[in-house]
Amino acid sequence: MINSLDAYLILSALLFCIGTFGFLARRNAISMLMSIELMLNAVNLAIVAFGAFNPLLREQGSIIALIVIAVAAGEATVGLAIVIAIFRNRRTPLVDEYDAMRQ
Amino acid sequence: MAIPDTIPFIGLSWNDLLFLAFAALLLGSGLLVVVMRDIIRCGLAMIVCFGALAGIYVILGAPLIAGAQVLIYIGAISVLVLFAIMLTQTKAAPVRLVFQTQAVPAAILAVILALILVLVIGATDWGAAAERLQVGTAELARILFRDFVLPFEVVSVLLLAAVIGGIYLAKRELDQGEATDRG
Repeated sequence: MINSLDAYLILSALLFCIGTFGFLARRNAISMLMSIELMLNAVNLAIVAFGAFNPLLREQGSIIALIVIAVAAGEATVGLAIVIAIFRNRRTPLVDEYDAMRQ
Repeated sequence: MAIPDTIPFIGLSWNDLLFLAFAALLLGSGLLVVVMRDIIRCGLAMIVCFGALAGIYVILGAPLIAGAQVLIYIGAISVLVLFAIMLTQTKAAPVRLVFQTQAVPAAILAVILALILVLVIGATDWGAAAERLQVGTAELARILFRDFVLPFEVVSVLLLAAVIGGIYLAKRELDQGEATDRG
C-alpha cells in the first residue's frame, strides 16, 4: 500500500472532495478559504506522489510542490485581506449576506 | 524479543499501518474542518490536517516538502487564518446556520466527484515505478537554482505583490469616514 501510487492519489482525491464540499456548503467566508486550502493541499499531495513514483518527474514534482506552497501563501494573504476588508464594510463574514448587487 | 516484520493477525506491514494512521488523521481532521460548527475549532482541526499531510510527505520520501509544509502551512497560513477568524467573529449574531441551503446538493456532488475520481484512478495505468524514488535535498537545491531559477524569481515577485496587495486591501481608510461606506 505504501508503495503504490494509487493509494496516495485516492487519498488526495478524497481530500479534494472534502474541500469541494466545504467550499460549496459553508456560509462563512473564512471557512470557504480554509476549504480552498484543503483543496490546494490535496493537489499538492498528488503532485508530490507523482514526483515520488514517476521517474520522469522525479525532481520536478518536489519543485512544483514548493512553488504551489508559496503561491498558496500569497493566495491566503490576499484572500484573508479581502475578507477582512469586506467584513469592515458589511459587519458580517457570511457570504450569503453579501447581496448588495442583487437588489 | 524481535519485532515481527508484519503486524500479527492482520498481515499489514508497519509502514502501511503508519500510512493508514496518517491517512485516517488527514481525512478525519479534514472532515472536521468542513463540518464543525465552531469556526475556531475548524481552524485548529486544519492545523492537525496540515500536520498529518506533512507526515504523509515524509512517508513519500520528500522531507523538504514536509518541512516547508510545517513552516508555511502550520506556521504561517494557519496563524493568519486564526487571526482572521478572531477579527471577524461577531458576538452580536451567533451563527445558527453553518451551512448554506445548497449543502445537500453540494454533499451529493462531492460524493459523486469522489466516486468518479476513485474510479478513474483505479482504471488508469500511470506507468509508475514500483518503489518510491528518493531525491536528496542537495540535488533538489541544485535543480531549483539552476533549471528552475525563473519560476523561483517569478514566485518571489508574486509574494511581493501579495504582500503589497494584502496591506493595501486590509488597511483602514483614514480620510474617508467609516459611516459613508457602511453597506
